[in-house]
Amino acid sequence: MPSLGADMDSGTLLEWRVAPGDRVTRGQIVALVDTDKAEIEIECWQAGVVERLIAEVGQKLPVGAPLAWLREESEAVSTAKPATPALAVAPAATGVRPVRPVFASPRAPDARPPAPPPSRPRVAVGESRRVHASPLARRLAKERGLDLASLAGSGPGGAVIAADVQRAAAAEPPAERVLAVAASVAPTEAAAAPRDRREGMRRAIAASMAKSKREIPHYYLETSIDCGHALEWLRARNESRPVSERVLPVALLLAATAKALRRAPELNGFFLDGAFRPGSGVHLGVAVSLRGGGLVAPALRDADLRSLDELMAGLRELTQRAREGRLRSSEFSDATLTVTSLGDLGVDRVFPVIYPPQVAIVGFGRIAEAPWAERGMLAVRPVVRCTLAADHRVSDGMRGARFLAELARLLARPEEL
Amino acid sequence: MTREEIRSLVLRELGRIAPEADLSALPESAPLRDELEIDSMDLLNFATAIHEALGVDIPEADYERIASLRGCVEYLAARLAR
Repeated sequence: MPSLGADMDSGTLLEWRVAPGDRVTRGQIVALVDTDKAEIEIECWQAGVVERLIAEVGQKLPVGAPLAWLREESEAVSTAKPATPALAVAPAATGVRPVRPVFASPRAPDARPPAPPPSRPRVAVGESRRVHASPLARRLAKERGLDLASLAGSGPGGAVIAADVQRAAAAEPPAERVLAVAASVAPTEAAAAPRDRREGMRRAIAASMAKSKREIPHYYLETSIDCGHALEWLRARNESRPVSERVLPVALLLAATAKALRRAPELNGFFLDGAFRPGSGVHLGVAVSLRGGGLVAPALRDADLRSLDELMAGLRELTQRAREGRLRSSEFSDATLTVTSLGDLGVDRVFPVIYPPQVAIVGFGRIAEAPWAERGMLAVRPVVRCTLAADHRVSDGMRGARFLAELARLLARPEEL
Repeated sequence: MTREEIRSLVLRELGRIAPEADLSALPESAPLRDELEIDSMDLLNFATAIHEALGVDIPEADYERIASLRGCVEYLAARLAR
């Protein structure tokens, strides 16, 4: 179960899109998972053959729990049967790898973790965080409203097996049990009602923003940028194009941000386990507000390498899917810096809050006419106020100031974006 | 195409952009941007949908003329009559 944001600690499997024996490619969508925020398509990060599905549809799993076993193409089919299925711990002798590192990394969204050294027992990472129990035991415990951690396991390695749950259930007062069963029925019907979804999203945003304000020492910088030339250039460009190929000013802002980030690596990446890890590319999180409340900030990958038209097409497609609730797992975890643009709502400037584990966020207010003094002359120009909030544990104001200056310089030359 | 047909087409496309809105209660001359919380991306998608449905390509310079439901219907009727 990949982490799809610092605010996620579990997810419910809604659907498998693959079956044992299926060959999967890198980036292929293998499952659909429900989180507080949205239904998310889970991508596989490595090619191989699905050996076995561990998670069951409807099952709620903590981040880090294995979803399936994946066999690499080069590996021989394991003859030892995936031994202790109850434990999701593969014996060292088989060529089976734990799938968690393969599907997605829970803490460092950008870094694909290396395979564990072969000499070590191949224990699925994240196991320590959860109780060892068989899938059947889990289901039974959930149905009966029992906490797995409170049960004594009699299975291999102390794992909780079905018999343990049944024993414990028999010891429970019957009335309470009936209540617990009734209470557990509704939430297991996986597709959350819109109201639940809104509340879930509110909780997720609350957790992530509270963490940010609690832990990240933000510093803020702002610069005003004259967009006159950029807008004029864009207007003329759009005039000669059909509506489907027009580019919005926000795409220019994103393009300039992405290219400026190339020269500001300290603003582009993650702060994890007490250290900064630069992003492996410039993947811009684009804050998309959802109708009915809440927001998501899926990643536009390699935004600095895209042409303006490609960026616009990507933005359109991403916004569309975000609003339809059809985002992919990588889009939730890959963003190396988020951009929020609230200009459409008429605000002059944004004081954004960093989305952890990212280390900076860029905000744009509306582009509005303002008095502009230059070379001793006063003029009226379309001006945008661009703010940067950055993590002082990773960078200093000097670096942030240089980044904003570079962004302004790029916006003055839109032809080069 | 009659005004009534244009109007129902406009309402259909607005409904795709703002599925939660009660379009039957939409005031004729109020700004759509405020009534339906339409942002620039929504507007672009709306213009694209109109282009596909009616073949009318609304230039950016004309966006202010389609700001309300009534304005939008009038504008499209005029463009189609050309």
